[in-house]
Amino acid sequence: MTTLLFLEQTLNGLQQGVMLFLMAAGLTLVFGIMHLLNLAHGSLYMVGAYVCATVTQASGSFLIGLACALGASAATGMVIEVLAMRRLYNREHLDQVLATFGIILFFNELVKILWGPQALFLNPPDFLNGTIEVLPDTPYPTYRLFIIATGLVVALGLRHLILNTRVGMLIRAGATHREMVGALGVNIDWLYTIVFGLGAMLAGLAGALAGPMLAIQVGMGENILILTFVVIIVGGVGSIRGALVGALLVGLVDTYVRAFLPMGLREVLEPASADSIGAAISGMGIYILMAVVLLFKPNGLFQAYGDN
Amino acid sequence: MRVRIVQLITLLILFTLPFIAQWAGQPFWIDLTTRIVIYGIAAMSLDIILGYGGMVSLGHAMFLGIGAYSMGILTHHSFEGSVVPFLPGEWTGSTSGFVHLAASILASGLLGLVIGLLSLRTVGVYFIMITLAFAQMMFYFFIALPTYGGEDGLNVWSRSEIPGLDLSDSMTFYFVCLGLLCAFWFIARRLVDSRFGGVLRGCKQNEQRLKALGYNTIRYKLIAFTIAGAGAGLAGGLLANLTEFVGPGTMHWTKSGELIVMVLLGGMGTLIGPVLGSAALLLLEEILSGFTEHWMIVLGPILLLVVLFARRGIYGFLAGKEAKDG
Repeated sequence: MTTLLFLEQTLNGLQQGVMLFLMAAGLTLVFGIMHLLNLAHGSLYMVGAYVCATVTQASGSFLIGLACALGASAATGMVIEVLAMRRLYNREHLDQVLATFGIILFFNELVKILWGPQALFLNPPDFLNGTIEVLPDTPYPTYRLFIIATGLVVALGLRHLILNTRVGMLIRAGATHREMVGALGVNIDWLYTIVFGLGAMLAGLAGALAGPMLAIQVGMGENILILTFVVIIVGGVGSIRGALVGALLVGLVDTYVRAFLPMGLREVLEPASADSIGAAISGMGIYILMAVVLLFKPNGLFQAYGDN
Repeated sequence: MRVRIVQLITLLILFTLPFIAQWAGQPFWIDLTTRIVIYGIAAMSLDIILGYGGMVSLGHAMFLGIGAYSMGILTHHSFEGSVVPFLPGEWTGSTSGFVHLAASILASGLLGLVIGLLSLRTVGVYFIMITLAFAQMMFYFFIALPTYGGEDGLNVWSRSEIPGLDLSDSMTFYFVCLGLLCAFWFIARRLVDSRFGGVLRGCKQNEQRLKALGYNTIRYKLIAFTIAGAGAGLAGGLLANLTEFVGPGTMHWTKSGELIVMVLLGGMGTLIGPVLGSAALLLLEEILSGFTEHWMIVLGPILLLVVLFARRGIYGFLAGKEAKDG
């Protein structure tokens, strides 16, 4: 029984980790290559979730909704890159923080105007709405398995894109020797816009996938943004591999602590106080993980490529 | 010279404003100005590490919240007659303003020491993300903690008690806040002008060089971080008094963002600048929210434009080229 529960929680942790990876990959890519700290990354996640929910409800098809969400978030990302982000690449991090903070305020309010303050809810599509017995006697939601599979496919795809394609080669080159790549006749501005759009699309994908599991509401982006920061601190800024390892680590640790700490506390304390203390402390699990990683590896588990 | 004039005029306005408000029959202005002064203290404390030390902390509102909760929790236990947990002895809280002041400053200073010890191992973008993450950890901790109201927060049944003063009178309370602002300003002035302040400024410009000169820069930065935390805690204690309510919203990360905005709007690397920035942001909020409930949609792009085109802040604009410091 305990083993089964443990395995089930492992799947939950993987699922959360995969979502975090989608966010962290985009954020770390943009930071690794453009040296831009983008707080508004969570806004793109929110855009993905809202567009997916709205289009799915209008068209009746989750896949169409998903496609529109990817398109919308990539387009939004590229537009803000051209209008604002581009001017911030050579600025201090403080300026970047402030400017992207302004963008967050703008998007949160825009979403409130367009969709209203009430949360939206979305059901998983019919073909994913069942359960599968991956573990004996433990039906597990198909939709969560679908998310894990999607995340792994995206991770492999990104690896292929960056290591084996021409665009990937330019991205890697642009991260280390910006001027050189420009001197060789590559349009660096466009390259950056594309990278930013790619990161935005991944955030939009995460948002669209999260839609059927969470309440879709203003501010949802910031909650995951901060978890994404923890992932990046643990994994190492600028490294996609670090983002993957960090995301899975954070997802698993968070799920285990939330599942098992209150149980453990119940052995030593009264149930009522065990539950309330457990709830308060178990949310801190990943931050303690972060602090421990910091003590031993102040630059995260994986060294990034690039010079920063 | 212009620096002195700007400082004097700012103080003059702050000292006369409540009388003008009373004369104009707008008592609401006093509350607004009190908020400006309180956030001014918090922004000034942030600027000690941000503007002088070059440490971009995106979690400063955490100290504001801890200061507020210190005051709120002590009052809460005092009214309930229950024992304050996690402290030695059977202390049942207090309603005394001096105790609240000490508790707010000590608790947030202590937290600043611990968080600083961990975060200052890193620099640059890591530091930004780590301070944000720790602040959010405290935010979720208080949301999940049912003892002190969780998400709903805690009502503070009465303002702090100081013998001879009635803090529930908004005018008296305002002048107490203003007095504390001036006191903190004085301390901060002495601090940044001292040898300590010189080292701190050096950390911002070239930390490597200071290390080579034999300075233990981390220790200087840690002390500055602790003092800044304590300053924000003081502001938090006052804020709890003003609103007579304490909630996790005080330490939400957007509040940390707003504090940074105040520092930059007012003028980074100055002491009076953040107070001007606090006034500018809160007045802007007040005015914009009079036009539309969706005022943030205007504020966001304004921030973006300020960052892109107007870097020197209000203080830099008012005090001119010599305004390196004030």
